[in-house]
Amino acid sequence: MSFMVNPVLKVSQLTKRFGDFTAVDGVSFEIRPGEILGLLGPNGAGKTTTIQMLLGLVTPTSGMIEVFGLDLSTHREEILQQVNFSSTYISMPQALTVEENLWVVARLYGLSDLAQRIDRVVRKLEMEEFRRKVTRKLSSGQMTRLALAKAILTEPRILFLDEPTASLDPDVANKIRGLLKDEQRSSGLSILYTSHNMREMEEMSDRIVFLQRGRLVAEGTAQAIVDRFGQTDLEEVFLKLARESTVSMSS
Amino acid sequence: MKLHRVTALIFRHLYLYRRSLPRIMEIFYWPFLDLVIWGFITLYLARYQPQLPGFVTFFLGALILWDILFRAQQGITITFLEELWARNLMNLFASPLKPSEFLVATIAMSIMKVTAVSIVMAVCALVFYSYNVLMIGLWLGPFILNLVVTGWIIGVFTTSLIMRFGQEAEVLAWSMVFLFQPISCVFYPLEVLPAWLQGIAWVNPAAHIFEGMRAVLTTGQAPLGDLAWAVGLNGVLVIGVVGWFYRTMAYCKDQGLLVRVGE
Repeated sequence: MSFMVNPVLKVSQLTKRFGDFTAVDGVSFEIRPGEILGLLGPNGAGKTTTIQMLLGLVTPTSGMIEVFGLDLSTHREEILQQVNFSSTYISMPQALTVEENLWVVARLYGLSDLAQRIDRVVRKLEMEEFRRKVTRKLSSGQMTRLALAKAILTEPRILFLDEPTASLDPDVANKIRGLLKDEQRSSGLSILYTSHNMREMEEMSDRIVFLQRGRLVAEGTAQAIVDRFGQTDLEEVFLKLARESTVSMSS
Repeated sequence: MKLHRVTALIFRHLYLYRRSLPRIMEIFYWPFLDLVIWGFITLYLARYQPQLPGFVTFFLGALILWDILFRAQQGITITFLEELWARNLMNLFASPLKPSEFLVATIAMSIMKVTAVSIVMAVCALVFYSYNVLMIGLWLGPFILNLVVTGWIIGVFTTSLIMRFGQEAEVLAWSMVFLFQPISCVFYPLEVLPAWLQGIAWVNPAAHIFEGMRAVLTTGQAPLGDLAWAVGLNGVLVIGVVGWFYRTMAYCKDQGLLVRVGE
């Protein structure tokens, strides 16, 4: 039996131009409830700009972003209350302890039962031993866990994750992937996921959107994309498209 | 406006100050040093008191009031810079936090810093130079209030410039206010300025406050005219600078500068 479900996120003809340069060019996609959508593409493909537009940090030149059926440009506050993000490239205030950082985030989102929520997230991400440590003294792996803790603490309905396991050792990265899958199953969390680890993308994503030079060039399950490009795996597809981008840019 | 988001930001900065001696020193060190140096200069010049009537009274008073303006501006700009240095702007502006809530939180931080600095300077002036700033009388309240608002105006203006031009413009956090010092007539009356500069100083609310302070201390007259000018100018400038802040933020979001401002 098949039935239509309203997407939690719908992007229509999203475009961003910086002067003469088009970073994102008429991209459309959607995320369904409880789905993990992989956003894939070589450097400069427009992934980060897309996520920044979805978070309201960059204003689109044209196109529409609807989250939970609401227009992001007019319902920013309501939408961002139910959305969070984590990126390897964004840090938390270094002079605060892990716990202080989580308290600030919890207050910022107006959460109740702060102490219990923080305890729960700290346990979930195995952060007990460094919860009272100053953030600047954390290892890069611990820092990544803090960024993830900040993202799931607010119990968002949509999570944007930009290379969330990039600086983690394989064991911790595996645990994080497991945790995200658990969150997805238990709370119906929808996730937009970027990574340069193709195995991880295949493992995590229900569907993948492939961007190249700001345009959407493929969309579907990992296997469907591999089949469409006649390659053996997702990494081969990535290399083929990335090299096409490089050739096109240099010519 | 949600109070919990404003208090979240205030707590974030209080946590920062709680264990940072250099940051606490930064609040008290310069005002204290200013007071010591200018206090001795004042004592020296006081020997010529007959030639310069009321010199001691308004010189130290002016210094304390100027520092209040300066700290009010710093309270806004340094709070923004702390977020920029911590690369935390993306975390904040990707949350439901509104720009107005961000501004209110920085104003709250500014009030705390100004209160701390005012108390320390007033006590030091009293202990070291037997100077009681309260001799300005009931006018002190409206003077301080207006100077703090002028400090906020300069602070929000400077913050917008840093947001627009990035970290390389951060030096403005310390230097911008000194651009206003010559036309604020802190230590000298407006009439000593060249005529063309007097016209510019006239639209600076701080100049009217310092003129008013001198009027109270030297003639004892109520400076109602000066105060009215200061309140009116501050009102107009507050509207202008908040509009400027929102415009700058919209421009930064359009150009993708908000996410790159800490780079």
